[in-house]
Amino acid sequence: MLYRENGQFKTTYVSDAQIFPIRQDRWFIAVALLVAFVAVPMLGSDYLLRALLVPFLILALAALGLNVLVGYCGQISLGTGAFMAVGAYAAFNIMVRLPGIPLLVALVLAGLMAAEAGMVFGLPSLRIRGLYLAVATLAAQFFSDWMFAHVPWLTNDSSSGSVTAPRLQLFGFGIDNPVRKYLFCLAILCVLALVVKNLVCGRKGREWMATRDMDVAAGVIGISPMRAKLSAFAVSSFITGIAGALWAFVHLGSWEPAAFNIDVSLKLLFMIIIGGLGSVMGSLFGAAFIVLLPIFLNRLPGLLGVQASTSLVSHLEFMTFGVLIVVFLIAEPHGMARLWSTAKNKLRLWPFPH
Amino acid sequence: MNMRKTLLGAAAGLALAGALAGPVVQAAEKEQFFPVLVYRTGPYGPNGVPWANGYVDYLKMINARDGGVNGVKLTWEECETAYATDRGVECYERLKGKGPTGATVVQPLSTGVTFALTEKAPKDKIPLITAGYGRSESADGAVFKWNFPMLGTYWTAADIIMQEIIKREGGSDKLKGKTIALVYHDSPYGKEPIAMLETRSKMHGFKFLKLPVTHPGVEQKATWLQVRRERPDYVLLWGWGVMNATALKEAVATAYPLDRMYGVWWSGAEPDVKDVGEAAKGYNALAMQYGAGIGKVQQDILKTVYDKNQGTGPRDMVGQVLYNRGMYSAMLAVEGVRRAQEQYGKKPMTGEQVRWGLENLNINEAAIKRLGIEGQLRPLRTTCEDHMGSSWARVQTWDGNKWVMHGTWYEADMQIIKPMVRDAAAKYAKEHNVTPRDCAKEMTSGS
Repeated sequence: MLYRENGQFKTTYVSDAQIFPIRQDRWFIAVALLVAFVAVPMLGSDYLLRALLVPFLILALAALGLNVLVGYCGQISLGTGAFMAVGAYAAFNIMVRLPGIPLLVALVLAGLMAAEAGMVFGLPSLRIRGLYLAVATLAAQFFSDWMFAHVPWLTNDSSSGSVTAPRLQLFGFGIDNPVRKYLFCLAILCVLALVVKNLVCGRKGREWMATRDMDVAAGVIGISPMRAKLSAFAVSSFITGIAGALWAFVHLGSWEPAAFNIDVSLKLLFMIIIGGLGSVMGSLFGAAFIVLLPIFLNRLPGLLGVQASTSLVSHLEFMTFGVLIVVFLIAEPHGMARLWSTAKNKLRLWPFPH
Repeated sequence: MNMRKTLLGAAAGLALAGALAGPVVQAAEKEQFFPVLVYRTGPYGPNGVPWANGYVDYLKMINARDGGVNGVKLTWEECETAYATDRGVECYERLKGKGPTGATVVQPLSTGVTFALTEKAPKDKIPLITAGYGRSESADGAVFKWNFPMLGTYWTAADIIMQEIIKREGGSDKLKGKTIALVYHDSPYGKEPIAMLETRSKMHGFKFLKLPVTHPGVEQKATWLQVRRERPDYVLLWGWGVMNATALKEAVATAYPLDRMYGVWWSGAEPDVKDVGEAAKGYNALAMQYGAGIGKVQQDILKTVYDKNQGTGPRDMVGQVLYNRGMYSAMLAVEGVRRAQEQYGKKPMTGEQVRWGLENLNINEAAIKRLGIEGQLRPLRTTCEDHMGSSWARVQTWDGNKWVMHGTWYEADMQIIKPMVRDAAAKYAKEHNVTPRDCAKEMTSGS
């Protein structure tokens, strides 16, 4: 009744090609952004912002990056953690070795370095595909684990191998309280999500999707698989690199190579599979599922007033979480993003479905 | 999707949002809240459990025996970190604001989490006790105002093992040309002693071999192949959790003489050797002053907590190596509160007040008697400059059934450690724009 596109005619190509063609969607997004940028920082507690939303936003950004590669271009990667690590350590080295460099410049440079690393480790994708490629990208993961643990220069000769982020400043404001951290991460996520949405709606995105669906056919219609695949690797690693830098600088503050180990790569892959491959919204849903649900499950017994030992709670958390993943994948193999679009389609006909 | 399902989903979503949003407000006046960051699951669980039980049992005992600290009841809440840095940070954020005065003190029992919290604790004004682990340079209280690596750091541990080896060889000149290997957990925890051992290696002219083991440490074949090839004269073990038992099994399989192996105090507890049992006979490990055993304080715990079926874990865990260490950690925190109360009044203390208490802690012979730890801990005194307090340790040997303590007490060589701590702390201060406090001034104006 409310969500209906009757009467919204598209009279120009521009209006037809816009990201949110339905007026109600635009309203919804505007309200959502308003809530996220204004209401949440005003009303949210420090714990909510600092311990839940900041990691959620950063991992959503990383998932978004991975989704470009896996969801849109069909190249399975298990090396996301490595690209995040490259971004984090690159940003660290840039800021330590070039004091006074603006934070955003350092972040972009770190993203570019991660993009380069992504392209190098994406080269095997030109020859191999599917699971074999996944195993090849695993090499990136193990190489980065080794490199950041064993090349002292990269950690500025820290004796323990753990490095600490310098103070973060943006236009004279220190990013040091939960609200500022949250807003900073949110702004970067919004900008990059917009970039990705535009890319996938444009020529580049079609190249990626054509390559994903059938690379031989894509080659026949004049798409260079090499350029499509490597550009996907580059864009994906750029975003995950920035996410890695944020994870290290804004969330952890001090980190070691283990912060970007294989667990992180797998977690991100689960996020996009559960959230929805090939969908910007899906990256957000998946990140929420993987980041917030375990913490919620861990706190549930306490909130219900049930006295349980810490180990029992934590085992229950693992079991429930595992069961939920299985149930979820059986109920909706295309991920939460598909549920979202199904819900939207139903809503169009509501309350008179045929 | 039908209506019911949609509504159900929406309701579940709202419940999730609501549950995650607000911390529960607690109304209580005379309470001192302790966040307890533990790990009872995962590859490090076997070692995390006894420590956590000791920690919580001590708090329970103080409530049951003394009715709290000068009438202030102790409260606590556990949070499982699984030894992961990000979960540790979440736990810290979850618990830091609880209780009438917020978190008293944080003890993460993880070097990785300690590094992350070192950046956060000063802003939240919560002290960080890392008894026997954490950042070695944080012993410098002028730079690390909120860190308290009491009873020893990895540098003092490595130094004491070297002293023991020198004593065994009959002089430091005998080390020339020898090879000493460090088998370590490839994380900040395992890497901390490297700086110390490199210094010692330059001093005495022995060859220092670094053999990293990746987390969680169940795969060490390659490491021990290197040990077999290089045949080092001594192997130092810097492991944690399942890595320790695996290392000992591999050492037995490599036929490396176990009496030439020295573990740090985190590699010298019951869970580490019990699977290897008889075969691990002769293996040495440091004891952070005291190993396993039951003294007066443990008896108090058994009497006031376990006899009333309030015990956190199984009764026979009381008095184990890591149980005792968890208990001492809680004891240091409680003594910090007690000391702060002397200065600020007998009421719940804020983190800032507890920090003062920890910095002016003086556990002398009389206090040791009062605490019931005679024969367990030696006196400890912290100052603004020295947040470590003392660095005593002994060596214990596994005889196949139990740990046997050696008589010799070692204290770390401060002539070597002090300059290293000073340099590393100065480097940290410079990188992070920390202005070191002037301790001489605080001494006169403070207490």
